[in-house]
Order: sequence, then structure tokens, then C-alpha cells
Amino acid sequence: MEPLTWTGSLSFLNPVFLGLWALLGVAVIAQIVTSFFGTEVDVVGDQLVVKKTPNALAGMAVKWSFFGAMLVTLAYLIGGILIPGIEAKGIIGTISTRLLPVWIALALTFALSITFKRKLGLYGKLFDSIIGMIGFAIVMFWVFTAVFGAMGEIVTHDPLAQVSGMKNKVPGTALSNPEDLYPYYLLGGDNLARDVFSRMVKGSWEVIKIAPFATLFAFMVGITLGLPAAYYGGKLDTFLTFLANLILAFPVILLFYLLVTPEIVLTGIPVYMAAVLFIFPIIFMVILINSRFYVQPTKRNIYLAITLIIGLWLYAGIAWNADPLGIIDFPPNLLVVFVSVVFVNSPTVFRIVRGLALDIKTRDYVAAGQTRGEGPWYIMLWEILPNARGPLIVDFCLRIGYTTILLGTLGFFGLGLSPESPDWGSTINDGRKLLSIYPHPALVPALSLMSLVLGLNLLADGLREESLRD
Amino acid sequence: MGLFILRRVGVMILTALCLTFIVFFLTNLYPNLEKLAKTQGNMRMSDEQVESWLGERGYLDPLPVKYGRWLGVLPGWTFEDPEDGKITGRCIEPGMDPADAPSFCGILQGDWGESTVFKDEVGTVTGTRLALTGKLMFWVMVLMVPSALLIGVLAGMREGSKLDRSLSTFSIASTATPEYVSGVIFITLLASSAGVKWFKGTATSAADNATFENFFLPVLTIALYGMGYIARMTRASMTEVMTAQYIRTARLKGVSFRNIVIKHALRNALIAPFTVIMLQFPWLLNGVVIVETLFNYKGFGWTLVQAAGNNDIELLLACSVVAVFVVLVTQLISDIGYVFLNPRIRIA
Repeated sequence: MEPLTWTGSLSFLNPVFLGLWALLGVAVIAQIVTSFFGTEVDVVGDQLVVKKTPNALAGMAVKWSFFGAMLVTLAYLIGGILIPGIEAKGIIGTISTRLLPVWIALALTFALSITFKRKLGLYGKLFDSIIGMIGFAIVMFWVFTAVFGAMGEIVTHDPLAQVSGMKNKVPGTALSNPEDLYPYYLLGGDNLARDVFSRMVKGSWEVIKIAPFATLFAFMVGITLGLPAAYYGGKLDTFLTFLANLILAFPVILLFYLLVTPEIVLTGIPVYMAAVLFIFPIIFMVILINSRFYVQPTKRNIYLAITLIIGLWLYAGIAWNADPLGIIDFPPNLLVVFVSVVFVNSPTVFRIVRGLALDIKTRDYVAAGQTRGEGPWYIMLWEILPNARGPLIVDFCLRIGYTTILLGTLGFFGLGLSPESPDWGSTINDGRKLLSIYPHPALVPALSLMSLVLGLNLLADGLREESLRD
Repeated sequence: MGLFILRRVGVMILTALCLTFIVFFLTNLYPNLEKLAKTQGNMRMSDEQVESWLGERGYLDPLPVKYGRWLGVLPGWTFEDPEDGKITGRCIEPGMDPADAPSFCGILQGDWGESTVFKDEVGTVTGTRLALTGKLMFWVMVLMVPSALLIGVLAGMREGSKLDRSLSTFSIASTATPEYVSGVIFITLLASSAGVKWFKGTATSAADNATFENFFLPVLTIALYGMGYIARMTRASMTEVMTAQYIRTARLKGVSFRNIVIKHALRNALIAPFTVIMLQFPWLLNGVVIVETLFNYKGFGWTLVQAAGNNDIELLLACSVVAVFVVLVTQLISDIGYVFLNPRIRIA
């Protein structure tokens, strides 16, 4: 069979598409250059009118060529879904069709969120900022891709299956003898003849399932240690700050090399580190509930019991791999990766929380709380922490992105996850040896990782803008 | 000021000691030693042979003793072969008479030990590799700092303008692109058969003879990731300065926009980025490791990967000392520099 073309029967749009992008590029440069010349004002009758300057013209050109380019991109994606037959769809159309569940989920999320945005607090306000919406769309695209991919929806092949004759084939190559397999490798094959597209989709799940949780854990550790360090100060603060600086002075890669090797796993050090680090979320939750419901003992006891049972069950399952019910199964090499990422991230969170708390500690409402006789932990967790939430939420988004980069770094050095794992870092590492001859196996995960991190950065930017507004 | 620096130096030494001890502890765990013995000796050694190999080389002594030897505060190990009576030891160079050898040889005596991977003195290995990385870093700084400051100042002088939007988007994109991604993209576009072949995809030859063709891509890859962050900080500091009262006064007085930016705003806006640039060094170190591995440039980062991958204890320790030194010294410089650059702190 013939290999697929990129755009199939929509290829007549290609010159338009390229033309619009070229125009966009020229217009942006023109706009920047002309912005150095000021605007001129004319007097028409008794009114001041801003003259049509070259800058305004360039601005129009940017706007329209951008709209045009987006329109053509949409045409590729939607046209690809509507046109029947894989050959006519082309690679982009076929991928767009495979991603249909993702598009539907995205559309639903956006429709619902925009309808109810006034009732959704900070999350709703995100939909007032275009940058924030773009970032959110990219992030949710990957989240949905990961989830549907893990459910086996989008992928075309088994990410570990090797099909003979498909080694390093370019995108859109047809399988020589498909039988009951999907007849094409949409984004080509890698150097072990596996499908690059399916590996990319499965790889997104590897990132989505680790990065947010690792960041969350790092935040719990950072908050539980950072608040008392700032609030009490003194020796505790000096000691914790020294410890944080100690970890921060380590080059991250050296730390990874020391922690994430099979030999270290044998000694059981990661398990002990997990045991120490993962107790912090439980401590955090317990103190949080205890300080809140201290004066209502019955309520407190019920909530504490629920938290402790769930918390300790998860703790036993994740850290010690000793779940009494046998539901949680945490592979040891995943644990090492998780622990080292949490370990690297928590000192930075600690420093941020400490800095914020040092500032908020001096406010009058904290003094008022102290005068009312509120306990120190109540003040820390229910007076100081909620008032530091804005910067912390923004940093959380940025930090998920950073964690994604760290996971990629681990994969890039072949550390941690199993060598066959489809995660993006390992795939880039596999593909880089033949980069100058067959770039596509490394390029696809590289662009995916970049877009996800970019989305998280834009999301954080949008959130910052909106949280500063009130 | 003197007391401040003295205290910082004290903390620095304490941090360096703690860090090297942690590295020492992790590299001296038994499974790591076993791997070392098998790669250095024979892959098929039995457990007893591994034990005796390690025992003969002083690896099985208690950890504090070994650490003390490495530091040079405890005498080095010696081993007398029970069969031929030949004495080997940490401080005894091959071909040296055991009686003449010094009893202490650690980093305090300037002896960094022997690299098991490169079969050479750790001091020499680290020195040559650091020089190569120094060359890389120099060009990175030459490219990164001026362009980052320029982007930041241009974006920050008119907040919210189109120029600001485009440049800010560029800086966000560059911080979102880790080195292993941008490196892959650059090689694909500029050094492969799929794109144009303007540059070389490897920088191995740049070690002896760096040309634009083989050295530009690694430099650009490292510079790009750091650039976005510095540019964003410069922009933030520039926008803050541009809203200050004295800028408004200058504008009302009729000073031209160009003069406001160059004479009034710029100097005050560059204080914060200085700190950021200094604190970027540790991050650049990370980038150096990735880029040197990707482009196969045999500098310090590449050596660190080799040492860590082969559990080359003494080389790894030297690498961590260098890394820690870089981190702490840049922190110190940034603190001192901040005080010197900011008259409000200096005079107060």
C-alpha cells in the first residue's frame, strides 16, 4: 500500500496554510519594527483621531493571518474527522479521528466551565484570560489523551509490539502485512519497529499519573515543614533552612544518579525515604483536621478516624508495598522515581512557603487570632495558609511542568522506569542515537513534552494574572 | 561585611562536608561496591572474591574511617600481600617504595585519588574536563546574558504592548523547553537529513577545535533554556522601575522615552537580574550535563555521567565538590553583589 500523506485529500489547503503562516511571521516582525515609531494624531473637525499608522495595519495583518491559520488548522482537524477513508483523511485527519473522544471531552469541559464560570471561583476566572484558556486547553488535551489512552481508546497498536519491516519507517507507512492489526503506523516506527504514535499516547499516561501527585506530595512536605519554620523561627528554622539548602546545593542529576540506580533499590534506601516523605501528607491532614475541629471532639474524632484509616492504608500500600487488602500495587522502580522527584521538589516548596508565611505572619489578622487564643497550628493552617494560596496555586502549576521536565530528564539518562517504558524521556533517549537520520521517533515525544510544559506555564500565567486582579 | 562573608564561608564548608559525606555514603553502599569490584576486576567473581578484592583495597573499613582517609585526616590504608609480602596502599603510587610513601593522602594534601574509569589522577581528569566545560559556559554566557537582558528590557519598557506580548511568549516558550527537547529539535532542523545540514549534530571535535559549525548548537541549546527565565525576571524588574515615581517625573519634565529608558530606568532595573544570573549557574550545570551527553562533548557534565554510571567513587566525589563549590560561591557572589549594586542597602 501507498504511504499516507500528511493531509490526504485536503492537501489543496497546504499552500494556503503555509502562505498564512509566512504572512503571520512577516506581519509580527513588521508590527514589532513599526511599534518603535509613535502614533500620530490628526484633528478632524473638533475631534482627535489616531492616524492609520503602519503599526495598526501590521496589527490587522497579524490578527487576520492568525485567524486564517487557525481556521485552516481547524479545517484539517474537522475535515479529517468527516472525510471517510484513511487514505483520504491523511495522517493529520486520521490522528484527529483517533482523538475524537478527546475533542468531545474538551468541548464538554469548556462548554460547562464557560457556562458556570461565575460560580466557580478562581477556576472560573481562568476563562476570562485568553492565555489561561489556551494553557488549560493544552493541559486538558494531554490529560484526556492520557486517560483515554490508558483505557485503550486512542492507541492503534500495542506500544511494546514490534512489527517486522517497520523499523525506522517514516510517518504514515502502511504495514506490509497487517492481518488484524491497524493498517498504518501513523507517526512511523522507532528503531525497534514499534508504533511511535501509540507510544506517545501511552507515554502521556506515564507523565500524567506521576507528575501531579509527586508535586502534590512535595507541596504537603514543603507546607508541613515551611509553616512552622516561619512561624516559630529560631533553631527549628535555622536547622530546616540548612537542610533545604543542603538538598538544593546538590546538582539534580547527580542526586538522580545516586538515588535511582538498581543497586540503591537493593539497599532499600528509597523505601525508607518514601516512609519518611509520605508520612508528611498524613501529618498534614491530621493537624489540619485536629486544629479545625478541636472544640468539637465528636466531629473531630470521626474525621480523624476516617483520615487515619485511609491515610495509613495508602501509606502502607505505597511506601511499604504492604497493602493488607492487596489493592494498591506500587512497582518498586516507580516508587524510586516518585520519591526522588518529591525529594528534589520539596526544598523549593519549603522555601516558597516559608517566605510567604514570614510575610503573612506580621499581618494584623494573625495578631488578632493570637489574641483570641487560637492555637499555633490553627493560625498556621487556617489563617496563614489560605492567605498564601494565590502564589501557591500558581507555583503548583509551574511545578507540575518542572516535575514533567525532571521525569523526562530521568528517562533521558535511562534511569528509573523500565527501558521498554513508553514514557517520553526514555523514548527521546532511544531515538537520539539515530537523530540525524531518523528524527521522528525522538521528535514526537519531544514536541509532546514541550507542549505539555508550555501549556502548564501558560496556565500558571493566566492564573497569576487573574488572581492578581482581585 | 567581613563577618558576614566569614559566616557564609563557614556555612559553605559545613554544607560541602555534609554533601560529600552523603555522596560518600551512597557510593559506598555494598551493592555499589560489589558493582565496582565486578567492573574493575572480573564480571564472574564469586562473592568471596568480591569480598577479598574490596578488603585488599580498604573498601570494607568503617565508613567514617574511609571518609577521614579521603579527607586526609586519617592515615591511608595499607595492605600486605600474605604470599609475596608486597605492600600496596592508598598513598603508595605504583613503583614507589612503601617506606617513602606519606601516611596521609586526602584532599587536604591535594590528592584527589585515582579515577577507576579513566585510569588517571582525579585531579587531572577533573581539571581538563572543567576547562572544556569552561569554554562551553563562556560562550553560553556570551550568548545568553546580553540577549536575555535585551529581551527583558525591551519587553518591560512598555508593559502590555505587542512587543511585550511577543517577547514574553517567547520567554515562556523557552523556559518550557528543556535542553533535551530543544537539542533534539535543533539537531532535527539544522543538522539532519530531514532539515538543513548547516551544523553538526555532535560536538566531540569541538573539544580541540571549536568552530561555529560544531559548537553553536550546544551553546544555543543551553543558552535558550536559561534565557527565558532571566528575561522574565528582567522584564518584571523593568516594569516595576517604569512605574516608579521618578520615571513619571522625568516623563512630565519632557525627557524623551529613549533617554528615560537608557539613563533613568536601565541601571535600576538591572540589579535584580544580576542576582538571578548568578543563581542560574547551578541550573546551567544541569543543562551542561544533558547537553554534553546529547552532543557527546567530553566535558565536566559528560564526566559526571560516566563517573556516576560506573560508580567511580573518587571522581564522583570530586565532581560533587566542584558542583557544590559552584552553587555556594555563586550564592555568595549574588548576595555580596546585591549589596554593592543597591545603594539603598550599601549606604544604610
